[in-house]
Formats: sequence, structure tokens, C-alpha cells
Amino acid sequence: MIRFTRVRKVFPRTGVALDDVSFAVAKGEFVFLTGPSGAGKSTILKLIFADEMPTSGEVKIANVSSATLKHRDIARLRRKLGVVFQDFRLLEDRTVEDNIGFALEVTGAPRTVIRPKVARLLTQVGLASKAQALPAELSGGEQQRVAIARALANDPVVLLADEPTGNLDDRATRGVFQLLREINATGTAVMMATHDLELVERSDCRTIEINHGRVVLDSAEPGKVLP
Amino acid sequence: MTLAMREALLAFRRAPMLSALSVTTIAFSLFAFGLFGLVALNIREALGTLEDRVEIRAFLGDGTAIEASAIALDDIQSFPEVANATLVTPAQALERARQELGEFSDVFDAEILPASIDVRLKPGFRDPTTVRAVAERVRTYDFIEDVRFGEEWVEKLYQIRNVATIAGTVLGLTFAIVAVIIIGSTIRMAVLARAREISIMRLVGATDGFVRRPFLIEGTIKGAIGGMVALFLTWATNGIIGRLVFAADFFDVRVSIAGIFAGALIGLLGSAVSVGRHLKSV
Repeated sequence: MIRFTRVRKVFPRTGVALDDVSFAVAKGEFVFLTGPSGAGKSTILKLIFADEMPTSGEVKIANVSSATLKHRDIARLRRKLGVVFQDFRLLEDRTVEDNIGFALEVTGAPRTVIRPKVARLLTQVGLASKAQALPAELSGGEQQRVAIARALANDPVVLLADEPTGNLDDRATRGVFQLLREINATGTAVMMATHDLELVERSDCRTIEINHGRVVLDSAEPGKVLP
Repeated sequence: MTLAMREALLAFRRAPMLSALSVTTIAFSLFAFGLFGLVALNIREALGTLEDRVEIRAFLGDGTAIEASAIALDDIQSFPEVANATLVTPAQALERARQELGEFSDVFDAEILPASIDVRLKPGFRDPTTVRAVAERVRTYDFIEDVRFGEEWVEKLYQIRNVATIAGTVLGLTFAIVAVIIIGSTIRMAVLARAREISIMRLVGATDGFVRRPFLIEGTIKGAIGGMVALFLTWATNGIIGRLVFAADFFDVRVSIAGIFAGALIGLLGSAVSVGRHLKSV
């Protein structure tokens, strides 16, 4: 599903962000990406949704290789992925329903498909009664649920979540995490970057720990733990 | 396309102030250009009227046979540069002089003025060189005593015309470039104001074409509205000048429609460049 092979990423201004990173995520897996701020977690996610390209090595997502990926193919790749951020990234001037429907509209889906699908997604994330609300009228946890519903709109094979609970209180964090687990249970792989170690320790999910741009621990491969 | 159109129209509702600012900027840029166009048009019209008066007058010698002058008249009329040639008898010359000059009103002897062949040239053949060449050709007839065409006046008229053409082209281009830059910047501002929306669109899998389309439609609409407002302002200004100073010519329907299309085109191109640059930079 996701395969990083000896990936190195160097930013011209800030230098090496990732160095010799290799791992694979299988279909339907739930993986935590942990590590301190600036370790390279977000860079890994950006490489997956092709917001960045590796300096060397290969990133392979759903059989699409970064080595052969063309600019015009990026949109198609992103439709196979769902992405959620700490700051939600919702369109403030559109209703909850429109924010979710937007992800379907860009694919050219007809309205007859969009409406029932949005209603289903709202029910799935527990916001059926908030369809006409604007993001500013929702709590942080609810906004993140809207972002998750939008990420799920195109039935992604992988859901990427970059610190999705970073702006939430404990109760909302538990709710969002529970939602991500439910989504994972339906067969969607989830890759969640977080530095909430308590959350990681409470679950029994696979954890990949990054530090200074290198994989220092992969709980799926304990024998390969690096110093 | 329906979605792109809807998004473009929604942009006006979501950011009415910015949209109004864009349309106003486009309108005033095109208004300045329109006023310049109006001045250029009227100068051209005025010069055209003066050019119409460019005439070669070939005076016939005393006793020139009617047949000879008639043959010469036919001959001159067949010159490619000549629009028409007219034989003016002494009586007609006196009548004309009476109309044009008061001091001839009490002259009764028609023979005081010589007969002439008056030659008018076609547009495009009224420059000093051509006028002189035609005059020289006319002069070759034996019975022609003198040929006059106001050489100095024609030279000056052409100097003015050339200066007006060069100044008009330079000023017109400058106005057009300034208008494009201002309009481009305004549209760029509108694009930057929606940078977050663009990034979200791309995040959820929108193609560059999908992102671009609403902006192109929006830019075209803004440009067309700006063009219409500019046309109205130019028309109103022309009306005020007409009432207070002198009646000036206005653009014909074809030029007016072309002006609105030019506004739409500038809006479209400005948007295309601004969105293209933005998409490349993110």
C-alpha cells in the first residue's frame, strides 16, 4: 500500500529532513508515526500525498511510484488518499455539507451521488444534525470530524492524519481517535502522525518512531530497531 | 463547467468588496484607455476632415480648347490616386470665390479668374510625396499654366498626422500596458485572497484545470463588467464634453462591443497568468 525505500529528503533552506527512511504499510493497517517536533513526521505524510517529492529513494503509494509520478497525475493520486490536519483546513464560508461535498465535486461526481453520500458521511462521523452549520459554529472536535468526513468522501485506501488531535481537549481527542479506529476497521489504512505518547501507549497499534529524519523504531520490526 | 460557473459567481457573493474593487479597477483602467481612445479618434477625425480638403488645382491657360481640357480631365480622372477631377469654368470659379470671399461679391466679370481642373485624391494618397507627384504629372499638359496644392500646408498637415500617429501609438500602448498590469495585480490579489481555498481544492484532488476554471470565468466576467462600466463612463464623459465644450465623435457600435470584449479578454488573460503563477508557486 505504502512503501518507502531508502528515502532521503533535503530542503534547500533547512537541510536534511529525512535520511534513509524505509518502511511499508499494508492495506488496512493502523500506524502511528511518532517523534518529537521537527523529527520528519509531517514530511513523511507530505511525501505520501505528493506535496513533496523525495530527493532520492522511492515512495510508492497504491502502485504509483514517485519516480514516475507526473504533475498531472498528482490530483488522481490524492483522490485515493484522505488527508486530515491539525488545523482542520475547512472552508470557513461554506457549510459542513458543502465542505464535504466539495471533495466529491472536484472529482466531477453528480449531485445525485454527492447528496446521499455526504448524508452518509455525516452520519458516520456523528454530525448529521450539523449539516447546515458553518465551521466557526462547531467545536474543535466537530470541525475535525468534518475534516475526517471530507477525507473519506472519495473512499480513500489510506487516511493520513497529521496531528489530528493536536488542537483538541482529551474528550475530543478520544472521540476523534475512536472515529479513526472505526474507519480503520472498515478496511481503510490509517497513518497518524502524533506526539501524544499517551494515546499511542493506550493502543496496540504499530508505531514508527522518527528522530532527526531517521526511523529509530518500527514496532512491526522490533529486530530492526536502530540506535 | 456548471460547477466552475457556480464557483465563479459565488466568488462575487463571498467577497463582494474585493470583487467590486476588481471591477472598479478594471473599469477605471479601461476608462482611462477609453478616454485616450476618444481623444485619438477625434484627432484622427479632425485630421481626416483636413485631409479631405487636400486638393490640386491646375489652372488652364487662356484660350484652352474645351476638347483639350475634357480629354485631360478624363485622363487625370483615370490616375489611380485620383478620387475625382472637376473642370471649373471661370464663371464657376467666380461664383465659388464669391461664396468663400466677400471681396469678390461686387465683381461681375467672370473672366477675371482662370478656368481650372480641381483634382481630389483618394484617401491614402494625400501625403506630400504623392500629391507632389500627381501635381507634376498634371503640370505636363501644355495648356496648364500653373499647378497649386498648398505644398507647405500639406507638409505641415502630414507632420501633425505623423506626430499624432506616433504619440497615439506610444500613449495607447502605454495605457494598455498599464491597464493590463493594474488589472493583473487586482486579479492576483483576488487569487491570493483565495490561496487557502486553492490549497484545499488541490488537497482533495482537484486538478489544476479544475482550480483554474472558476478564476478564468470570474476574471472574464469582471473584465466584461469593467469594460461595460468603462464604456458607460466614456460615453457619459463624451456627453458632458459635447454639452459644455464641443460635440465630439464617439466610438461606433463595433468598437464599443470590441472594447467590452477587450475588457473580458484582459480579465481572462490576467486571471490565467495570476492563477498559473500561483499554481506553479505552491
